[in-house]
This record gives sequence, structure tokens and C-alpha cells, in this order.
Amino acid sequence: MHLTLGPLAYHWSAERRRDFYARIADEAPVAEVCLGEVICSKRAPFHERELPEVIARLERGGKRVILSSLAEVMLKRERQATADLMEIEAHEVEINNAAGLLARGCRAHRVGPFLNAYNEDTIAWMAGRGATHVCLPTEMPGHAVAVAARAATALGLGVEVQVFGRAPLAVSARCYHARAHGRTRDNCRFVCEDDADGMPLATRDGQAILRVNGIQTQSESYIELLAELAEMPGMGVSHARILPQDVDMVAVARVFDAALRGTEEVAAARARLAIICGGTGFSNGFWHGEAGYRHIARRSDPT
Amino acid sequence: MTETATHSPARRWPHVPLAPLRALLQPVLARVVRRIARRHPEMFARIAPYQTADFMIVAREMPFALHLRPDPDAPVFRAVPRDPLPGHDARIEGPFLLLLSLVDGEEDGDAAFFSRDLVIAGNTEAVVSLRNALDDVEGSIAQETADLFGPPGRAVLAALRRRVLA
Amino acid sequence: MKQFSEAGELVCPAGTPAALRTAVDSGADSVYCGFRNATNARNFPGLNFTTEELEAAVAYAHARGSKVLLALNTYPPAGKVDLWRDAAAIAARVGVDACIVADMGVARHVAETYPRLRLHLSVQAAASSPEAIRYYCAHFGVRRVVLPRILTIPEIREIRREIPCEIETFVFGNHGLMVEGRCSLTNWMTGESTNMDGVCSPAGQVTYEEDADGALRSCLGGFTIDRFARGETAGYPTICKGRYTAPHRPEGYYAFEEPVSLNLARLLPELMAAGVHAFKIEGRQRSKSYVRKVVGAFRAAVDAIRAGAAPDLADLVVLTEGQKETQGAFQTKKWR
Repeated sequence: MHLTLGPLAYHWSAERRRDFYARIADEAPVAEVCLGEVICSKRAPFHERELPEVIARLERGGKRVILSSLAEVMLKRERQATADLMEIEAHEVEINNAAGLLARGCRAHRVGPFLNAYNEDTIAWMAGRGATHVCLPTEMPGHAVAVAARAATALGLGVEVQVFGRAPLAVSARCYHARAHGRTRDNCRFVCEDDADGMPLATRDGQAILRVNGIQTQSESYIELLAELAEMPGMGVSHARILPQDVDMVAVARVFDAALRGTEEVAAARARLAIICGGTGFSNGFWHGEAGYRHIARRSDPT
Repeated sequence: MTETATHSPARRWPHVPLAPLRALLQPVLARVVRRIARRHPEMFARIAPYQTADFMIVAREMPFALHLRPDPDAPVFRAVPRDPLPGHDARIEGPFLLLLSLVDGEEDGDAAFFSRDLVIAGNTEAVVSLRNALDDVEGSIAQETADLFGPPGRAVLAALRRRVLA
Repeated sequence: MKQFSEAGELVCPAGTPAALRTAVDSGADSVYCGFRNATNARNFPGLNFTTEELEAAVAYAHARGSKVLLALNTYPPAGKVDLWRDAAAIAARVGVDACIVADMGVARHVAETYPRLRLHLSVQAAASSPEAIRYYCAHFGVRRVVLPRILTIPEIREIRREIPCEIETFVFGNHGLMVEGRCSLTNWMTGESTNMDGVCSPAGQVTYEEDADGALRSCLGGFTIDRFARGETAGYPTICKGRYTAPHRPEGYYAFEEPVSLNLARLLPELMAAGVHAFKIEGRQRSKSYVRKVVGAFRAAVDAIRAGAAPDLADLVVLTEGQKETQGAFQTKKWR
């Protein structure tokens, strides 16, 4: 299995992004990196200029670069950005909205996690239209992943599952970051830049539960499928996706790389990951068909 | 039967001999539920997973509670003591007029259903199922029940409806 | 029977056969409903139709000039697609007038297996641009799109010019905040998925807890979705309508949206002028009394507009009176 660093969901400054990807290029044991603004079209101008340089840097580091498209496409600038991205042939593109599928036609592309490829029929349809790789929706339980991955593999597709990072739970036309600060999306003044790992929301009795990232709602805890990694190759899963969070992602990639190679016990890997993540909780409920926030310990997994 | 939550006592009926009153009501209630079971089998099918669930319906102004078990083969609808309430799966408690609006298809009970005036304890899903099943009954169960008692019954329901709307 | 192309078609909800008959009798041009399983997005306890009930419903509606649309608008998880295929087979057999779909696999299956069965694109497909809509039209022959509740009227007018199919918009009812078909909040807290199971804030995991100070907490899956002071009107614990705290909002606030109801009554003439073919009323989980009132009021308003008269909107406005109401994104993009 290969490790893929998924697209950065947050609004980090151009400088910070540059440094982040430079370090990924040099040090992170990931095979692939997805770049591009997936959440908010207003942010794109801030880092588009840097993109060619970041791509070159990652490729020099031996990483395969995939360009991801917006999850929500409604406004003119979003439609244009999607159409423009779909003309790119020099890199693979990962499509997150049906508008992208129309523009891409039958040319090769990847299917992103926001495209709702939940089942074998949908995957077969997409494969017939040029899909070469599918990142399954994060909420899919393991038993459905097994069926979907088998079907996708038989069609020659790569299959990817998110194994680390906050769960993407919802998107909206409304910006909840702006709303929290009494603004609207049009005059947001990029307040989302203040929250490098999302803005925490807690219940009124003080339980941290969700994170706001612009128009996106994420989980408070990080998905962590270290124990489940072992069964994935047998299902046909070819790629494990880790999502960038505001932690040492090189270290995170190393933990997952070691787990994939089988050079570290799950319990030890999880303990190491917990230190890297500084107290953020871990969840694997989706995989086990339970409430997503839960962390299911299995008999084979003493922690 | 797990739910034995406390509930507000009926304070308005300090001197009424409750056991004889309940005894008086049982045959009437049994007649009502048997009639509904006979006329609306589809309603009972609709709550299939909860046919053997025990619902306690507690009208705040009433000196007793109503126990409903929507089992098509052996439907139960009877008056039971309020204090202590017998064991049950779900409890629906509220002012009588609000409860009436929920079983009366003539009125929109949706807003009332999750208002604070109504207390739902125990299995919420069972209660939602019951409410949806009741709504599939053509016409109004309240009306049918009133019809059982002829013109006086209908007059009482009409008066109650005016109070719901007021 | 009325043609699908007549502008201002009223598309009304039915959670039970009684509600369907009520909708038809109240003037619905079309009624939408679903099976009693995960194949539709209102898979709620005690709600929806068996095969026999659907068959009878179609007969009842057709005899009175109304149509029946089957919501087949969830996403089958791998390994369970047969349930959706079976539902499509029944739909074709009993003669529903259209299937409302979201999943591409389901859309393709229906389009190829039942080429004469009309396809509508569900709001759950989240097609909010002309390009996305054209994709479904081109490949699956979709004849109508139900637009997400996030577009302004000028945006709807523009989309209308760029797509080859009819437009349906929501005009009344519960106002969803998240992009539909892209929300896993319920699954995160309960283990039941909106997309795969058709469930949103399932009643089976709802509890109300009273605190010592008389405050009432509405909970879902054990999480407090909102807390109501003594005397404050309590609501159902829908995650996107709850109150939460943020670092600079320690008092608790509606982080996503206030519990409001959509009511576009005042915008009906403008929507018709913008080229909207069909008006959808939300509320398959609502009572038949609600259906009767809302459908009746919208019927009268649409008929008045069609006749060139000014609609009496008072009846429609009163439907949400006392409750908070919104025109959502339709009136202004400031909503975003």
C-alpha cells in the first residue's frame, strides 16, 4: 500500500504552506501528495502563485503530485477554477464535484472523497468514464469498503481510504467561520486563517465535538486506522490517505509508513502518534460501522 | 420495561376514589382499543417493531395514566395508577389538550410533539413510530372515539377542539 | 393527466398513505414518497410505504390526475445495491411517474433498465452548477433537477438558461443547512448514516435530560445538541440546528443556523418568472394535517398567479407565523 498526503483543508499562509511542503518533499515517507484548494474558492488566489514551485519541489523529492478540485462548485469563479483544472494534462487530477466530471469527459482522472462513490455500480460507471483511482467516502464502513475495493481493483482502479486526520463531515454554502465572527462569506476577511487546525465547537456542557473550517464541518478527533491498516491490502485498498493537520505531519507519515511495513506494533505506533498529536482524541467508529467518534478496540488489539 | 422515571403528580384529584374510577373506565377503554385494532390493522403493522412495547400516556390533569400496548392480537388500553407509574418502555406526558391534538388528525400536532410542554421519556423511537402510525389513520381516532359515545361524545370533542385552537 | 411541463407544479410530501391521499385531495400536482427502508432520505420509524401501499397510492393519485414520484435518493453502500435495484423494479412495475435519484450507480441502473421511467435528480446529488446538472442530464437522461437550497433567484435564473432540464425548488418546510448528500454529522454521532441509511438525527438516539436548574438538554447519541433554560421553547436535537460554544463564543450560539423554517410564499411569482417548473414542499415526516394546510394554501396561491391575479399570501405566511421563518439563500447571498 502507498501513503498519500491528502489536500490541505485549512487556510494556511502561503509561506507556511511552502515550508510545510518543502519538508514533506524532503522528509515524509509518502508516495503521493494532493495539492489544491478543495474547501473555499476565496482562498485559492493566496497560494496559486506558489503552486508551480511547490509542485516542482515535491517532484524533486520523488513524490507524485495530484491536483484536487473544489468540493463545492456554485459560483462563477468556482466553475471557472474547476474547468481550468480539468484541462491540465501534466498532472493527475482528483475530482470532487460532478462539474469537474463534465469538463474532464473521458480523460483519465481520480475520484475524490466528495464525489460519493459508495458502491460497485457507481465505481463501475466512473471507471467507464475514465476514472483510474477512487478515494472512498470517509464514512464508509470496512465491510462496504471491502466490496467496493474488490470491484474497483477488478476494474484496474486504485482504491484509497482515509486513515488519519479529522473526518470531513459536511460542507455548506455558508461560511461558519465568518458566521462565528458575525460576518458573511463575502466579507469574511479570511478569519479562518486564525485556526490552523479548525475552530473548535463544544457542546453547551463543554464536550469538544466538531471543528469549523470555513464552509466545512469536521470532527474534533482525528480518524486513526492504524490497527485496521493490516486488513486493507487484502481487500484491495491500494492507498492510505493521511490528511494534513496542525501537527508534525512528517512524524505522522513515519508512523503510518512503519505500520504499513509492519515494523512497529499497533500499540506502540498509536502511543507514538498520540504524543505527536498532543492529546487530540482518535476515532475509528466509521470503519467499524459504529458512531464515527468512537474508538473501537478489538480483541486482537489490546489497546 | 426499564423506564420508571418520576413524573409530576396529579394534584387536582385529592379526594376522588381512584381505584373504582379506573375500574369503571376499563371496559370503555378496552372497547375503544379493540375497535381501533379492528378498523385500522395497517396502523398496527406500521409500528411492528413496537407492538409489544408498553406506552404510558400521562395527561397532567388526569388522576390516572393510560397504558397502551399496540399488540394487534392482544391490544391493551387501560387506566393505571399514576403514582407509582407501572414499568414501561416509553412515557408521553403533557397537558390533556396537547395529547389530544396528537391523536386528533384534525389538528397539526407536529409543533406540539417536540415542544417543551410534552415530556417524552424512554424509547423516543417507539414514540415517534406511534405518532407516525396514528397519523396514517384516515380521519381522526379522537373523532372515532367520540363517535362511540354518540352525540354527547361528539359535542365534547368539538368543545375540546375549540380549546386546542384557542 | 397534467403534463410535467406546466410551470408551477406543486410537489408535495407524503410519509403515509393517508398523507398521500390528503395531498392529492388538497390539490397536489405530484406527491413524493419513499419505501419503508434505507432507499430514501426519510427512513424514519413508522413512516413510508410498502409495495402494496405504493401501488394503491399510485392508483389513487392517477385516478385524480396527480402524479407519484418515488424518492430513491440515498447512496447504496457497496454490497447492498440490490435493495435499490429492487425498489426501482417495483417503481417501474407499479407505474410511478418518476424516480428521484442521487447515486450515479442507481441513476445508470434505472436509465438503462427502465428507459421509459422518468428520472429526477434529487437535492441529495448536490448538483449546484449548470455543469454538474448537465452531467446527469447527458448521461442518465435526467429530466428535472431539484436544486440545493443555497441558490439566489438570479442564480436560479442563470442556471435555467444553461441546462436542458426542468427545475424544482423547495419553497416551504424544514430548512437544511448542510449541502445535502454530503453530510455525515449524524453518522459521526450515532452510527447511522444520512447518505447510506436515509437517517438524520434518528429518534432512537434522542433523549431529553432535565438538569437540576430546570434546564432541558436535548441530546443525540449522548451529545448535548442544545440546552434550553426553564421556560424556553425546546426543539428536536438536529445537529446543524444546535447551539455550541466556540473559543470566542463561550455563551453558546447557533453555530450553523437557527431553527427556522423555510417559507418562500412571497417569492412565488418571482420564482415562476425565473423559470422554476416545480415547487417542492418539504415534510414527509409531518402530519397529514400539515400536508392539508400547506398544500391547500400553496395550491390557491399558484392558481392565482397562473390566472394573472395577485395571490393571497396571508394564508401561506400564517403557516409559519409564531415560528422563526427564513427565505434562506433565495433572497440574498448575505445568508452565506
